[in-house]
Amino acid sequence: MLRRVGVLAALFLISTTAFLMLDPVGSWEFLLPFRLRRLAALMLTGVCLATATVLFQTISGNRILTPSVIGFDALYVMVLTGLVFVLGGAGYALLPTPVLFGFNLATMTGLGLLMFLLLTVGARHDMIKLVLTGIVTGILIRSLNDFLQRMIDPNEFQMVQASSFARFTHVDSGLLALTAAVSVPALILAWRMRFRLDVLALGREAATGLGETPNRGHRQALVLICVLVASATALAGPFGLFGLIVSSLTYLIAPSSRHAVVLPVAGLVACIVLVAGQTIMERILDMATPLQVVIDMLGGLVFLTLVLRGRVS
Amino acid sequence: MISIRGVSHSIGGGRILQDIDLELPRGGVTALIGPNGAGKSTLLSLVARLQKLKTGRIRVDDLEIGACPDATLARVLAIMPQSSVVSARLRVGEAVLMGRYPWHRGRPGRQDHEIVAQTLGLFSLTSLADRFLDEISGGQRQRTLVAMAHAQSTDYLLLDEPLNNLDIAASRHLMRLLREMADEGGKSVVIVLHDINYAAAFADRVVVMRSGRIVADGAPSTVISPALMTDVFATDARIHCVDGRPVVLV
Repeated sequence: MLRRVGVLAALFLISTTAFLMLDPVGSWEFLLPFRLRRLAALMLTGVCLATATVLFQTISGNRILTPSVIGFDALYVMVLTGLVFVLGGAGYALLPTPVLFGFNLATMTGLGLLMFLLLTVGARHDMIKLVLTGIVTGILIRSLNDFLQRMIDPNEFQMVQASSFARFTHVDSGLLALTAAVSVPALILAWRMRFRLDVLALGREAATGLGETPNRGHRQALVLICVLVASATALAGPFGLFGLIVSSLTYLIAPSSRHAVVLPVAGLVACIVLVAGQTIMERILDMATPLQVVIDMLGGLVFLTLVLRGRVS
Repeated sequence: MISIRGVSHSIGGGRILQDIDLELPRGGVTALIGPNGAGKSTLLSLVARLQKLKTGRIRVDDLEIGACPDATLARVLAIMPQSSVVSARLRVGEAVLMGRYPWHRGRPGRQDHEIVAQTLGLFSLTSLADRFLDEISGGQRQRTLVAMAHAQSTDYLLLDEPLNNLDIAASRHLMRLLREMADEGGKSVVIVLHDINYAAAFADRVVVMRSGRIVADGAPSTVISPALMTDVFATDARIHCVDGRPVVLV
């Protein structure tokens, strides 16, 4: 157990050092703060998404679906497409970044909560139903996006496409502070839920028997998930399978399924994957591909190696 | 005492329970028996607050189901969940420690660890403490779940068909443990059973249900009769008296 934590810590140090030090361009006085800011953004979004994914998988009792898969990413693209559709490409480009960020954060949290609310009421707290309906809702939103994107100008479509993947090439320190102000309290609340999450993970019957009302716990967790995913996505863009890769790796590596262990390990894994992915994408591949491609590739390879080596504990 | 007053329940227009009145005093093992669809499990799940009580009142000691906080009730009433629904990947020791949750709220102290160690010993699980729940046999898993409920240190314990998928040795062992918990631990055990012979052998009292009503209630030797078999279970199984205890010949 200590060895695994040691390996993780070493990987974390290597990837962050590589990100900060490798391939310096220009003076260090400029480069270090610039890279540190981006490192902070990478780590913050990584921890947010990892926590949200673990929370979601715990309360839905599955390890395959993530908030991104059931339509959160599509929601972001919908807001984006909607804005470009209404304002036009030029109008969209003129929007000040903080306004855009605030709008994204608010609409995504709002729409996410609305989606969950409708699903929870419709599914009457049946998590399987919620998840299935979520997948269908995700498809619905994606089709709507396709429809809107087909109607806009090809140049504007290009613009939507460019913003539809997570990116960290430039991070505004104001936005970073805003994201931290929203997501750090949510992260603290998630951490304080860790023991209750252990009980909720036992399933509905056992949790009720132990005095932990499942419906209330699920509601609180869903609010935290919405806030965490919305703030990470509003800062950087959609992350695709990132959450799934992180959570799967975490369950393979973490020595215990208690959330007091799983949550920090997931956060650490997310930081490593994201920082290493960004370093490889920037310094080795010279930005030739979106970050998501690197992460999916890297994460997929590590995941397969772990499974095939039989490290499933 | 568990007191059930005027409880009715329907699901999707179908009447599951009709006007149930039942008093279960402290102590002993009470078995709920009856044919499939009689409403035994529904009644138990209403007491366990797994389903929302719509009509009637249920009180456990002075706690009103539906009104008192879940966390308070969890220190008085334990439910043994069906093993198929416990999804988390836990070690046996962790699971039993989880049973202490209503007391330690996630921060187990020395007393909690002592009770867990005792419980593991009592249920002969000490050597399995570090094994995962999905790596042990069905009987051992069932025993772990009872141990978890035992560690919860409640006065009442509810079990819904705990003998499902257990072989005869595991079934008898489990029932003997429950008997000991009632006799020596002073717990009140309420258990839904399918096999009448197990009810006759291990319960102090059997409550027979059919079509959402209670049709018989009393000591096994007085309740289990050929008439009960034909009237309630609609089968002509014979009943013999062996060692002063009714035995249904299947």
